[in-house]
Amino acid sequence: MSNAVPLLQVKNLRVEFPTRRGTLVALDDVSFQIAPGEVLGVVGESGAGKSMTGAAIIGLLEPPGRIAKGEILLDGRRIDNLRYEQMRRIRGKEIGAIFQDPLTTLNPLYTVGRQLVETMTTHLPINPAEARKRAIGWLEMVGIPAAAQRIDSYPHEFSGGMRQRVVIALALCAEPRLIVADEPTTALDVSIQAQVIALLKRLAREKGTAMMLVTHDMGVIAETADRVAVMYAGRIAEIGPVREVVKHANHPYSAGLMASIPPLDRRVERLAQIDGAMPRLSAIPKGCAYNPRCPRVFDKCREVRPDLMPAGTTEAACWLYETEAARG
Amino acid sequence: MADAVPMFEARDLARYFDVSRPALQRLISGEGRRLLRAVDGVTFAIPKGTTLSLVGESGCGKSTVARLSVGLYEPSVGEAVFDGRDLAEARGMADQRRRMQMIFQDPYASLNPRWRVADIIAEPIRAFGLVTTRSEQANRVAELLTQVGLSPLDGQKFPHEFSGGQRQRISIARALSSNPEFLVCDEPTSALDVSVQAQILNLMKELQQRLGLTYLFISHNLAVVRQVSDRIGVMYLGRLVELAPAESLFERPRHPYTRALMEAIPDLDMTGRERIPVAGEVPSPIDPPTGCAFHPRCPLANDRCKRERPEMEVAGDALVACHAVEEGRDMAA
Repeated sequence: MSNAVPLLQVKNLRVEFPTRRGTLVALDDVSFQIAPGEVLGVVGESGAGKSMTGAAIIGLLEPPGRIAKGEILLDGRRIDNLRYEQMRRIRGKEIGAIFQDPLTTLNPLYTVGRQLVETMTTHLPINPAEARKRAIGWLEMVGIPAAAQRIDSYPHEFSGGMRQRVVIALALCAEPRLIVADEPTTALDVSIQAQVIALLKRLAREKGTAMMLVTHDMGVIAETADRVAVMYAGRIAEIGPVREVVKHANHPYSAGLMASIPPLDRRVERLAQIDGAMPRLSAIPKGCAYNPRCPRVFDKCREVRPDLMPAGTTEAACWLYETEAARG
Repeated sequence: MADAVPMFEARDLARYFDVSRPALQRLISGEGRRLLRAVDGVTFAIPKGTTLSLVGESGCGKSTVARLSVGLYEPSVGEAVFDGRDLAEARGMADQRRRMQMIFQDPYASLNPRWRVADIIAEPIRAFGLVTTRSEQANRVAELLTQVGLSPLDGQKFPHEFSGGQRQRISIARALSSNPEFLVCDEPTSALDVSVQAQILNLMKELQQRLGLTYLFISHNLAVVRQVSDRIGVMYLGRLVELAPAESLFERPRHPYTRALMEAIPDLDMTGRERIPVAGEVPSPIDPPTGCAFHPRCPLANDRCKRERPEMEVAGDALVACHAVEEGRDMAA
């Protein structure tokens, strides 16, 4: 997979929020790529910068947030410096977005059919009649029963799970090559969540769509992703194949995060916990941002910020792997 | 243990909400009243010092049971019995109220942003008149803060100065300040990150051991529930479908809905097995299916399930409301 041409490349991305009390750095030197047909999971705790990364890619950073440094390339073409109208054409056509809350994504005043048709006629060279035919096809594809009848319903006439399927159909209908899905199943109940995950997986496989899947749910990542990036305080702490990161995490933070997930298959007297909390953006410690909570901290961690370096089967931003990287 | 009075008992507990349209519209259209049966006949008991958890998907009525259990709602039918006494009779009795407390899901909404933490924690102490002097009160607040892993100095801060996990610790300190015996926890860790969730679950277990607390724990997360519970009740559309000792429920889930719930949880072990998600969605509680409410989604449903509502029957060490289990039809599957 690594030798395929990446569809999405994010290089040294830095996002800043100017505030009255100085500039906050929300994302700092974030780099990764996604190949066609690949699902990259992005995990981390709230405030780690995972949603911010997604928003930066689709060009929907909340002002005053701005990309201060770095590049985002889609198919080798820079998209981070495009003007609003140019980016608008790429959103939907090249990059589809799925957000957490299906109620706020859909326009409550339009039927779902109209929203699908409008998206397709905007981005694809087809007429409205053809678009309507395809819209029914998409609704069937995402598992909405009696799609031909339901197409003229309004969003409020659907249940939460059905609405999220409509959102997925809407993100997919212009056949984008990249999907940015931000917590697509978090608002759903487990039984519906399982249905939606199965659907996303199938579509990525069948259509060769690349996907960036942002979630805090490791179970969802384990089931869906090919590779996973663990974020902490605006940086990638570890990135690697999903099995390696989930089962044999190298960075002490990812290891702690995995260990703190309550197991389903047994009862433990005391769960592994990470003491303390993630630092606020205004108070990120010197050196490695994780050092005050890290059980394996040593002097260098408090002074110098580590970059991603090879660590066994993954890459980790951790000085424990420095010698290994040097031997390289 | 069997002869001791349980800390809390729900006896055929039910709560209906009137969701009818306004009277004039009903008159014009000629339609009747509509009742939403949020909780529809739930029976369980929680022995002292143990934890009973209720799990289920949104809309199953678990949070309504939580509110009924502390008297925030009055039951439409049935009784909520606290330490042998019907809550309806004990209404307004301060001592009864002191002995039960609730912890809510959202630590951002459940703390008054304009109060200092020490005042938030001291409010129940003052309300119940548990101490007489200011210095006693300050000592008690400091002790509570220490007990939940915060510093006594944190009392002078405001809630916004704390992270989500720390705020939930403050909520717990406030709940403990009246020396309660029974804590009702409604999704106490759902709003928290996973590493912080572990901190709070560990804290709750420690406190239970140290103070002999009894918990009613509401959650949608089966893995969390497994870590804290002695017994677990699975709810579907306002009714209990299975009630079993925690280990037994996970080792041998009996009700088809319990099995479906477990099947639906993403697999962290990555065995690569293809899961078969339950089809369909939870039906509307205003217009529930006939017979067993789960029958439209159940792989074992037959005519009897469509017709006749199953009651809780003993099955091994569990209680299960399922015709297929009762008839032994589940064994074939």
